[in-house]
Amino acid sequence: MNLFNIIEEIEKVDPEIADRMNPRRSAIKNITSFGSKVAAAALPFALGTMFKKAYAQTGGTAADVANVLNFALTLEYLESSFYNIGLDKGGLIPTADRNNYISKISRDEDAHVLFLKSVIKDSLKQQPVDRASLQFDFTGGNGSNDGPFATVFSDYATFLKVATAFEDTGVRAYKGQAPALLGNQVVLTAALSIHAVEARHAAALRHLLHTKFSAALKPWIESTATAGNDTGISQVNGNYDKEQNVTHLGVDVTTLPETGNSADVRSATAAFDEPLTRTEVEDLLIGSFIVSNAD
Amino acid sequence: MKTETQNLQHDAKMARRAFLRYAGAGVAVAGLATVQSCSSRTEYDNEDMSGGGSSDKTDVGSGDVGILNFAYALEQLEAAFYVKVADSWYSGITDMEKMYLSDIRDHEVSHREFFKKALAGNAIKGLTPNFSSIDFSSRASVLATAKAFEDLGVTAYDGAGYMLKSADYLTVAGKIASVEARHAAVIAELLEPGSFVTNAQVNASGLNIVRTPKEVVSIANAFLTTKISAKNL
Repeated sequence: MNLFNIIEEIEKVDPEIADRMNPRRSAIKNITSFGSKVAAAALPFALGTMFKKAYAQTGGTAADVANVLNFALTLEYLESSFYNIGLDKGGLIPTADRNNYISKISRDEDAHVLFLKSVIKDSLKQQPVDRASLQFDFTGGNGSNDGPFATVFSDYATFLKVATAFEDTGVRAYKGQAPALLGNQVVLTAALSIHAVEARHAAALRHLLHTKFSAALKPWIESTATAGNDTGISQVNGNYDKEQNVTHLGVDVTTLPETGNSADVRSATAAFDEPLTRTEVEDLLIGSFIVSNAD
Repeated sequence: MKTETQNLQHDAKMARRAFLRYAGAGVAVAGLATVQSCSSRTEYDNEDMSGGGSSDKTDVGSGDVGILNFAYALEQLEAAFYVKVADSWYSGITDMEKMYLSDIRDHEVSHREFFKKALAGNAIKGLTPNFSSIDFSSRASVLATAKAFEDLGVTAYDGAGYMLKSADYLTVAGKIASVEARHAAVIAELLEPGSFVTNAQVNASGLNIVRTPKEVVSIANAFLTTKISAKNL
């Protein structure tokens, strides 16, 4: 049962519920669009109850669900830290882009961190991953701070490209976890909703690279028959591997009736984003962007 | 049959709230949002009371096949829209807009044809769209409609995902949902730079809003001559 339904159900027995929740008419729409401070304040209470109910309905244990969400939280820490460092570097991000793009993406990633921590801790009664246990190296150098993206916080195009790889990888990671949350209305729906927001970020960053740096990138991932990666940055080939897949549920999209270039590999691959398993994502990030401490 | 007006008078207060709720969800075509949020209320009531629903509607069915047919219906609508957009571009279109909209048309056609093939004998019929409310010569009209369709698609996939019983179907829905989100973001960017994650679409916890299939259907039906129903989902 989602939040809209809950309010609707309550309205059937208590038509004044919206007024009870907040007497100001103008606040009603904000409650339901979550667009206001009122909503932000009211949300944890509503969600806490909903998550408990949802958890009671699902077959997985709280620990199983928390395990999936802790993986997601680790990725959100990575992204959140990345944008906060970038925003703190004077002269890196032009003011217009800061306002229109990076601050907004950073805000969403910070919100994802808070949301996931709250769900794991307050609703599932499990332990969230500790931020302090993670060390990041955004140059991709596993702690050397001199990896393949050494200029990530001094060269804006590099910053945007690393951001794009993170967002595209985030989309793939959430997609890969969806089956582990099968049927769980609240947690799966929340995960899918974050997944969509990561995709919005990825598209905006790709659009920005296209317009600002004349990058050949499109908002969607256009693979070739042999290479998933369309960014032109070979170091992230793995992050895009298998995006070149054109077959889903046994249907090869390149063989379907064509309009325009819809049956071309580039279009067919762009029309479907591909998942990554947790192991695949960890192999891509740990030892480069997430520092692995050799024993 | 109880008329919409009677329902609204009878239940004006609730309809008002329903409107506010869905207006908050940011349907780009402002007038449409008003009509939809009110009529959707009526439709729920009619369906709930009659049980069987209207006989002239194409029902998407139930279970996983119903969810996939629901998606197929939306993809039919989107594909038909972009095919028409690309048949006769709006005046003043830029090369970049033409490239993006052509690509999106191709993606939506692929989605439509994919569902048709995957569903095979279980597929609902081809739907006839009704785009009379859209001015295809106007950039503002085309892009606002495109944004509304893409945002609707994202909320539809995200809102129905949990209903799927098959992990394989869920994965495929996810593969398409994120592409719809990419479309939604870039069309928002064409309309207004920096509008890819407005709080009409993304809440304070950074989650994209979702809609139930019935909410989605009531919005989609405004653009369909062949009305659809999701009463068995």
